[in-house]
Amino acid sequence: MALDSYQKRTFKQVGTRPNRPDGVDKVTGRAMYGADATAPGMLHAKVLRSPHAHARIVSIDTAAAEALPGVKAVVTAADFGVPEDAFLRDVQDHCMAREKALYDGHAVAAVAATTLAAAKAALKLIKVQYEVLPHVTDADEAMKPGAPVVQAGRAYENVPAGMSENVTHHCEFGHGDLDAGFAKADHIIERHFKTAATHQGYIEPNACLASVTSDGKAELWVCTQGQFFYRTLCAAILGMEASQLRVTASEIGGGFGGKTMVYMEPVALALSRKAGRPVKLVLTRDEVFRATGPTVSSSMDVKIGMTKDGRITAGQAVLRYSGGAFPNTTVDMGAQAAFAAYDLDAVRTFGWNVMTNRPKESAYRAPGAPLSIYGVESVVDELCQHFGLDPLKVRLLNAATEGTKSSYGPTFPAIGLKATLEAALAHPHYSAPLGTNQGRGVSCGFWFNFGGNTCVSLSVNTDGTVGVTEGNPDIGGSRASISLMAAEELGIPYEKIRTIVADTSSLGYNDVTDGSRVTFAVGLATIKAARDAIRKMCSRAAKIWGIDEEAVEWVDGAAVPAGPNAGKFPPMTLAEIAAVSAETGGPISGHYEVNADGAGVSFGVHLCDIEVDPETGASKVLRYTVFQDAGKAVHPSYVEGQMQGGAVQGIGWALNEEYIYGADGKLQNPGFLDYRIPVSSDLPMIDTVILEIPNPGHPYGVRGVGETGIVPPLAATANAVSRAVGVRMTELPMSPPKLLKALEAKG
Amino acid sequence: MKTIHVSTTINGDPAEFICTPDETLLDVLRNRLGLTGAKEGCGTGDCGACSVTVNGRLVCSCLVLGAEAQDAEISTIEGMADADTLHPLQRAFIEHAALQCGICTPGILVAAKALLEKNPDPSDEELRYWLAGNLCRCTGYDKIIRAVQAAAAEMRGA
Repeated sequence: MALDSYQKRTFKQVGTRPNRPDGVDKVTGRAMYGADATAPGMLHAKVLRSPHAHARIVSIDTAAAEALPGVKAVVTAADFGVPEDAFLRDVQDHCMAREKALYDGHAVAAVAATTLAAAKAALKLIKVQYEVLPHVTDADEAMKPGAPVVQAGRAYENVPAGMSENVTHHCEFGHGDLDAGFAKADHIIERHFKTAATHQGYIEPNACLASVTSDGKAELWVCTQGQFFYRTLCAAILGMEASQLRVTASEIGGGFGGKTMVYMEPVALALSRKAGRPVKLVLTRDEVFRATGPTVSSSMDVKIGMTKDGRITAGQAVLRYSGGAFPNTTVDMGAQAAFAAYDLDAVRTFGWNVMTNRPKESAYRAPGAPLSIYGVESVVDELCQHFGLDPLKVRLLNAATEGTKSSYGPTFPAIGLKATLEAALAHPHYSAPLGTNQGRGVSCGFWFNFGGNTCVSLSVNTDGTVGVTEGNPDIGGSRASISLMAAEELGIPYEKIRTIVADTSSLGYNDVTDGSRVTFAVGLATIKAARDAIRKMCSRAAKIWGIDEEAVEWVDGAAVPAGPNAGKFPPMTLAEIAAVSAETGGPISGHYEVNADGAGVSFGVHLCDIEVDPETGASKVLRYTVFQDAGKAVHPSYVEGQMQGGAVQGIGWALNEEYIYGADGKLQNPGFLDYRIPVSSDLPMIDTVILEIPNPGHPYGVRGVGETGIVPPLAATANAVSRAVGVRMTELPMSPPKLLKALEAKG
Repeated sequence: MKTIHVSTTINGDPAEFICTPDETLLDVLRNRLGLTGAKEGCGTGDCGACSVTVNGRLVCSCLVLGAEAQDAEISTIEGMADADTLHPLQRAFIEHAALQCGICTPGILVAAKALLEKNPDPSDEELRYWLAGNLCRCTGYDKIIRAVQAAAAEMRGA
């Protein structure tokens, strides 16, 4: 085990709840988000979008638009090259349609003008001649032979011959003898599930300000989860060198995975380059729904066998995910995660990705996992009902634990699932009485968590304060957590530290804020950067004292002689060492770079009580409790916030949220009135119980907590509704009309 | 399009601007007056991120025309703190971790303040229905409700 792995310790600051450093800016309206920046001579841009779900672009005539007073640039796909790399080509084609418009809302041209009004007027003057093609928006339909082909020749080699060209990817995971496993079961249940595509629903529409100068230098201000990845993509698409494109992440108004991918940033840069002026491009909510984000939709078959005393003998899932008009492999994660909570002798998952005429999917909090786990946890619940068994005890009986060979391959190290299940079982929520039309649902959830490329710089200022420079946009209070870990390691107060998020020219590459990686990986790099600075400060003290630097150690924010043989010197604090740094060798800073592994998987268990109104089919969440293993909660308030926010997004997914397509292939509900995310009056308080089973791969035991919280609510909610109404619900969302129909069918 | 000259009061100070007849109050605040604290989350009155008060009434500024500000008293998030002293609601939001990304926060603070001016002691239910027009995607609302109640209690005691 590496020297930097977890060591038990007593924390002084980690685990406290100080105020976040960006708090005052955010409560006074001063924080600068994507749409809040301006630049001298700035133009305003608008994007023209396809009104058709699928159409060949025969011609685009921009002459009249270009002639409109105030219009400074118009771009189409003709202004971009054709990248050789398939991934990059897809990214670019998603930003600007080339040859074909692949979904309702696909960008086909863009305008920059001196006013927004002129840009809007110019859009109306662009003449696009379309040849409308047959379309398909449903994954099951798209898999059928003879379905309209979204893109030809895109299937990966792992797809068997003879399938619809829309099927681009196949995967398979698992171990053991399924037939033997099912033969041991006393009862087998197989169910078909279907879930609609949903949107991350961030409240801040995507926005950027691009400025390209005639000498080839460029600035991009953008709300993003990853300024470095945006730079990589934009530079490649625009044919620029990375060093010449500086990307600055604005404050970000929500992302949840949806702001890990460029949508219109390369277009804004292309417009700026063509016009020779800064260009601001802000999407409308309608555009956000039609052309950014969504998740995959799913169509799934789950089959599980169980003995009468609750032991699962075999599990199988076939997953058909569709992430829109481009190939993707999100189904891999769904197939890997589906049975992760269980210790099984026989388990197999099969995944398929299918293209449809819908926008290109983006990550959404634990991408792929909520769907497959919804299917599995629903069937487990139904088996528990069949045998009259307690659903939490059955999960405990079958729970994965340290040493379990996971359903996707690796053997688990120390994990917190059993402790989390036991906490749920012991909680008063689980034994509280239920009334008429009420049901209680249970579900486990799982996420892999991620580490990744990370780089942190830490500067010790001569007044005894410390600056931490990290490269990951703060979407939920991470600057506070990073400051806490730096304070803990250095032994100075939290208030003496300020953590900032660097632009792409100020720090080495950092992976996107995703995979629940920031508190884990940036935290790890911050601790190691602090240790680097501590080594240097010890060396400076040694120099002042005239002793070997090995004879100095760091205790409670000060250098001290390491034992009686080192000599008798009073401790030198960080501030004292920093104050004389100019005389002892110059500025003091610490650095650390890593491609971090050891992120440590995360498990959660949710309890959900629901009352269904039999007259309307409306579901009301009465009580909700989240149990989750955080490894070590660095700032417990923000850990709770992740658990609560994830749970409520999952509740929305389960009860109301869906992309609704008309027969014409157009999105019917591209607005918050018709795409209904949970509002405050829909919900009770969301109780949280944080478990702390240390992650062996982090110095403080930290596990990422951001994503697991959205995984269990789909099944927890569906199981609660199904038990409340006595009908097994197998389609999401369980919106009132659908639930009412199920109630009427039951009679 | 012919522009309109408007004289108004914003956060207690006189303000003047010109706007086109179709320009929203939100556009005027953000683009002409540099008050970018109010956010545009939807432009259709569904999300509440652009909440301000006009003559004491809580509105979505994306649904109000700039020209309607003539002779009105407008209050925005930028006027909520008293110089460097935060309003109890603002302080409570920081102390109770009631914001994550913060994009909905200005609108929710303006809306909550408008409620507490009418009803200093709302039930959780009243508060949840009052804030139902202010979408938050990060928090699940739990800590927002707690923060507003804590601020309300402090303000009643003050």
